[in-house]
Amino acid sequence: MNVVIIDYGAGNIKSIQFALKRLGYQGVLTSDETEIRTADYVVFPGVGEASSAMEKLRESGLDTLIPTLTQPVLGICLGMQLMCTTSEEGSTKGLGIFEVDVVKFSSVKKIPQIGWNTIENLKGNLFTDVSEKEYIYMVHSYYAPVCKETIATTDYSITYSAALQKDNFYGVQFHPEKSSAIGEVILKNFLNLNSSFEGDMGIVNPELT
Amino acid sequence: MPLTKRIIPCLDIKNGRTVKGVNFVNLRDAGDPVELAKLYSENGADELVFLDISATEEKRKTLANLVLKVAEAINIPFTVGGGISSVQDVAVLLNNGADKVSINSAAVKNPTLINNLVAKFGTQCIVVAIDAKNINGEWIVHLVGGKVPTQLNLFDWAKEVAARGAGEILFTAMDNDGTKAGFANEALAKLSALVNIPVIASGGAGSIQHFSDTFTVGNADAALAASVFHFKEIEISELKKELEKQGVPVRI
Repeated sequence: MNVVIIDYGAGNIKSIQFALKRLGYQGVLTSDETEIRTADYVVFPGVGEASSAMEKLRESGLDTLIPTLTQPVLGICLGMQLMCTTSEEGSTKGLGIFEVDVVKFSSVKKIPQIGWNTIENLKGNLFTDVSEKEYIYMVHSYYAPVCKETIATTDYSITYSAALQKDNFYGVQFHPEKSSAIGEVILKNFLNLNSSFEGDMGIVNPELT
Repeated sequence: MPLTKRIIPCLDIKNGRTVKGVNFVNLRDAGDPVELAKLYSENGADELVFLDISATEEKRKTLANLVLKVAEAINIPFTVGGGISSVQDVAVLLNNGADKVSINSAAVKNPTLINNLVAKFGTQCIVVAIDAKNINGEWIVHLVGGKVPTQLNLFDWAKEVAARGAGEILFTAMDNDGTKAGFANEALAKLSALVNIPVIASGGAGSIQHFSDTFTVGNADAALAASVFHFKEIEISELKKELEKQGVPVRI
């Protein structure tokens, strides 16, 4: 099984590689179009600032490649945010996979949110064997509001999307690679998704929209 | 459910080994950092901090190597500090798997370093550590492990650090450090009200009640300690159970 981590010079890749290694997989770091397109699973990481990260994706042509991928793709943290329509951070136009605009926390004193919070309203196969209100690790100042693609929520003065899904595209605001044992369960679930992609499609959460 | 308060064991590193000084002198050896990191991670630590107190040019490679080993071994976030003074230093540590870096003296000497690091790596991974001593009622920032006083006032400097984009402040009260008499909660509460970034309390942990107080009285977002954990005076799992009992939100 072939797992790639998209390489566009955005932050802490080692943690994700080590997390995959602990699960028995080698995460290949690459920016090569063919290598990414033919992989079974694609991890799209990201830390840092949205507009400069998006710029790096554009420079390498990855911005047009990523939305056309057909295998399971997992965006983590900024990776997830870049998969949205826009981000308020640096007035950035995103990849437009998730139809939601990322905005900055405004009604809370401490920004960024740093630390362990809980995920709830869990939907779909990404959260197999994960209970409601498990603790995950988050570090972020911007968030995706709850929308039709929300598959998990977290509260930080407001309720927002802890995870998103559209077809084969998954995004998590938290860091599964840093979320202790439960993070590893979530990564494992991602790597257990059917790589030709059937099954977990078309999830809607009427109670959240 | 709210964001939880974090418990952070701090591992002072010298020559690749964990040490902890009482008021930063009389170093004692408390074990292998990677083993300790794994142990703390398994026992419920929310995060770890590694401070290389011997950071010099030739030690930097040793530190980068240690960071890589720690990143491989644990699945919780960790911060690395000690002698970090350039964008390049930070790049090496983050590329080796550190989640955050903490800078101290270098930020005081060159405050624009904070802006440069934030622009390059993002707010979320830049922690500014501030060591301060209460001198005649004024909290004065100190450098070089608390040996050298500056002209800076803790609160003015904290405000500037936050304005320059730092993601967190790690405040060590030098007078409390190593005393096991409790955290500097008055200063912490003032600091926490003043800045809109998380504040980590450090210096003075001696009992479970001290942790509870620093969260409820000092309004700290996280509490850091070393000896009480290294010498098993407080078990993290018991600490968290007691905090939960007292109504402090913690991850159990």
